[in-house]
Amino acid sequence: MAKYLAKRIFYLVLTLFIVITVTFFLMKLLPGTPLTNQAKLSKSQIALIYQQYGLDKPVWQQYLLYLAGAVRGDFGTSFQFSDQPVSYLISSRIGPSLQIGLQAMIIGVLLGIIIGAFGAMKQNTWIDTSATVVSILGISIPSFVLAVLLQYYLGLKAGWFPIAEWGGFIYTVLPTLALGATPLAESARFVRTEMVDVLSSDYIELAKAKGLSKAGVIYHHALRNSLIPLITIVGPLAVNIMTGSMVVENIFSIPGIGEQFVKSVLTNDYPTIMGLTIVYSFMLCVVLLITDILYGIVDPRIRITGKAN
Amino acid sequence: MADTVKLPEDSFKPMTPEDRGSLDSEKIAAPSLTFRQDAWRRLKNNKGAWVSLIVLAIIFIMAFGSLFVSPHNPNAVHPSYANLPSKIPGIGVNGFNGTLVQAGQRIDAYKQAGIGTGTYYIMGTDYLGRDLFSRVLYGTRISLIIALVATLFDLTIGVTYGMISGWKGGRVDTIMQRIIEIILSIPNLVIIVLLILILKPGMTSIIIAIALTSWVNMARLVRAQTMELKEQEFILAARTLGESSMKISFKHLLPNLSSVIIINTMFTIPNAIFFEATLSYIGIGISSPQASLGTLLNDGQKNFQFLPYQMWWPALVLSIVMLAFNLLGDGLRDAFDPRTKE
Repeated sequence: MAKYLAKRIFYLVLTLFIVITVTFFLMKLLPGTPLTNQAKLSKSQIALIYQQYGLDKPVWQQYLLYLAGAVRGDFGTSFQFSDQPVSYLISSRIGPSLQIGLQAMIIGVLLGIIIGAFGAMKQNTWIDTSATVVSILGISIPSFVLAVLLQYYLGLKAGWFPIAEWGGFIYTVLPTLALGATPLAESARFVRTEMVDVLSSDYIELAKAKGLSKAGVIYHHALRNSLIPLITIVGPLAVNIMTGSMVVENIFSIPGIGEQFVKSVLTNDYPTIMGLTIVYSFMLCVVLLITDILYGIVDPRIRITGKAN
Repeated sequence: MADTVKLPEDSFKPMTPEDRGSLDSEKIAAPSLTFRQDAWRRLKNNKGAWVSLIVLAIIFIMAFGSLFVSPHNPNAVHPSYANLPSKIPGIGVNGFNGTLVQAGQRIDAYKQAGIGTGTYYIMGTDYLGRDLFSRVLYGTRISLIIALVATLFDLTIGVTYGMISGWKGGRVDTIMQRIIEIILSIPNLVIIVLLILILKPGMTSIIIAIALTSWVNMARLVRAQTMELKEQEFILAARTLGESSMKISFKHLLPNLSSVIIINTMFTIPNAIFFEATLSYIGIGISSPQASLGTLLNDGQKNFQFLPYQMWWPALVLSIVMLAFNLLGDGLRDAFDPRTKE
């Protein structure tokens, strides 16, 4: 286990190193400077600004400096906001994104489990059909469409929730719902298929034959076994939430990293884009690592003796 | 069981040799179906998939047919006809009859704009007076083209990559899998955005960016399947007979991989459409005068409070396309792989 963990962490670091390297050199290919009004500046002014951003050094030196900084969590200075370190920009904005993302994940998956389990229990009834309809709609309707509809109908028309900005918990409700739809739909679908499989297996028959109550069979035997494989889709769902948050945060104007990413892309703020790319892949790597380890712990049939996947 | 059943005398009679001849217990009554016929039969029994197939066919025909026959020119600007609500001939329901609530009163927007009674904008017009229906058809076409071309690339890259990785095994496989893991450790949209920044926003770069990121799933599935297949006897037989790897992969592997490939394609297409819509919605995708479902949504969203139909229509079309592809994909999976069916 310890050996496996060490190996996985080594790969995580290696992956991040490659991500940093590739994004760094990609960004160097891009046109654009931190200067807003290059024509009006004198040569020495430009040189001074370049020096401030560290752009006067040769590329390989910049790369090494960047790498050294990235290890310490320093991603340089933003082009967009002068004198604003990227790390500060990210750390001050990651809170709302994490809160919404985690809420969407937890609520979505929990509701999805309930819906999926009911669908499987009442197979081929109207409950099952409506569970399927909910899950297929949740997968098919893009989160940003849902976000706009929620914002308009529940926020503006009904007036139940604030339509934008960031404050207390009430501000997180609509974005959470918009982002949570896909996890809900995916996990409902997944749990239903798994549970239908489990319910038709011999040990469920045995449990029923022993005279266990219906709830006991469902809870102790069926649900638990159906939930284990659900861990494998947590990674893809995390990607989905990160992707969705970029647009959803924009729609609700939430000061999160998704909104910042889009803003930075539109303003060619390369240091921020790079920093956020690294943060995104770091979060994703950690999620993947945790789910892999969890899967091994929860399901004894999976052996984690050095073999990934 | 105590009481005996009394049957009349003539209930039974001895079997004649002719009877015996016609009763061949070894005979198989139903005609034997090939794998493809069997899958097709199962697909036709799946109502959702079948309806989706028809809906997609209609959408394809309308979107590509609008190249030749379009109700209006999708790019023709009529400022005086701007923001007209939808008006469908023969439907009097508010919302579809060309009327609009303005300052608390329902007025006929078409009369106000001075349009004759014979002109209809089925989905209304946008802020520049362009016919929304034509624009939605046009946008759907662009979205579909992007998705299909990206999927084509994804097919070639993904399938080749997966087959090489699975077939070669060993160190080649390890390295190729590491590369995939690295790609998987960055959210796809982030990679796409970075690529588009480098390639300059536009249709081509969107296609390239989506193609370069979406093959990973295909490659993983194809690899797993290839590894399973290559252990089987028919591959061993082909190898023993001295067939080249190239020929084995085309003649023996590819046909056996086809169901995995087809199923996964059905999930790649809606993904590509979704990514394109997201990018255009953010503002780094398709730029005007070109339109896609994403840009139409973006335009519509700006006026959503007052002219909700401008967003409803593209949102509806986008959702229907995604829904149809998802349902068709589900149906194909059940059809090709009956084990997954309950």
